[in-house]
Amino acid sequence: MKIAIPTEDKSMEKGVCMSFGRAPYFLIYDMETGESMFAENSAANSRGGAGIKAAQAVVDTGAEALLTPRCGENAAGVIQAANLKIYKTMNDSIQDNIDAFKSGKLSLLDEIHAGFHGKGGE
Amino acid sequence: MKTAVLSGKGGTGKTLVSVNLAAASEEAVYIDCDVEEPNGYLFFKPEKVVAENVTVKIPLADEGLCDGCRKCTDFCKFNALAYINEKLLVFNEVCHSCGGCVLICPQKALTERDKTIGEIQKGVSEQVQVITGILNTGEASGIPIIKNLLQRIPSGHGDIFIDCPPGSACIVMESIKDADYCVLVAEPTLFGVHNLSLVHDLVKLFGKPHGVVLNKCLEGDNPSEKYCEENNIKILGKIPYDNELGTLNSNGLIAARESEKYRGIFAALLQVVTGEVRNATIIDS
Repeated sequence: MKIAIPTEDKSMEKGVCMSFGRAPYFLIYDMETGESMFAENSAANSRGGAGIKAAQAVVDTGAEALLTPRCGENAAGVIQAANLKIYKTMNDSIQDNIDAFKSGKLSLLDEIHAGFHGKGGE
Repeated sequence: MKTAVLSGKGGTGKTLVSVNLAAASEEAVYIDCDVEEPNGYLFFKPEKVVAENVTVKIPLADEGLCDGCRKCTDFCKFNALAYINEKLLVFNEVCHSCGGCVLICPQKALTERDKTIGEIQKGVSEQVQVITGILNTGEASGIPIIKNLLQRIPSGHGDIFIDCPPGSACIVMESIKDADYCVLVAEPTLFGVHNLSLVHDLVKLFGKPHGVVLNKCLEGDNPSEKYCEENNIKILGKIPYDNELGTLNSNGLIAARESEKYRGIFAALLQVVTGEVRNATIIDS
């Protein structure tokens, strides 16, 4: 299966991005082959609805799970409609989270926030 | 005459000024465009209130006709649409009701349905018609309600006062667009000057004749008064920082109806505003 992670840059060495909808990149990681692919998030600069557009793009990659620190309700609506599971990342290291996911240590993200709608959120 | 009352932030006295000007007028229409938190009705306590829903158009997909081409999802600049598991998802609260998706759909799979976003209430308080716009909690934009409010101003009912939302954003622009004259309400502080300068820029941009009411006036320097003098802005009147006025207002009473002193102050202000509107209209025509 493939998993998706929002990332700060297109490198395994860089961190997980705190924002889902406005993350600069998404890592699409193949759990079987270990193949990694970074996709630019075309929704990052949207005036609105970034979460919806980003979620659509993640679903379109064929990923079956999303690993993210947080997720807004509109994005979660798209992700869940596509039957993807959303897991909460444990820290900002991409590799740590992949390893934790592999060994079943990540829990499902149960807090879906109402969305920041262009008002930051840090 | 249509007079809009505005200010750069909330709490400067827009509602105080517009409610009392309407109350001082022989025959007036008071329109509350502050649809996110309308409060003029609290003072007027209108009777014979009739409410009417305000709706916007939201796309509705016919799954039988949709072939999943995604032209609509790509077109929507607000990302209100997603196509998941062979189904179109519509995010109503993100939709700006532009109707573009309906036009662009090659399969004609999209139609529009009405979605209620708030209501307009009309009532009467003595010689004032009170019209209030109310946006439902959670809705993104009150502009459709303001358009609706201002489209159907009853004609031939005397002076029209538009109580604007605070600030200088789109929702305020919509409220002042058709006004003949703008009254800017300002507080006597440096912060007040900053807010005044924002709405001053806005009314200049719209080419609206305007003047300032100085509210909460104390003894000593008034930075907003200085700003008006430096920028050649007409000062229409001054309202004192006064315990009597504060008490009346806090109790939801209309000062111009309750107090001889304030009836005088607002009648005089109304006269100045009326004169200014008349001058502006003459210069304009």
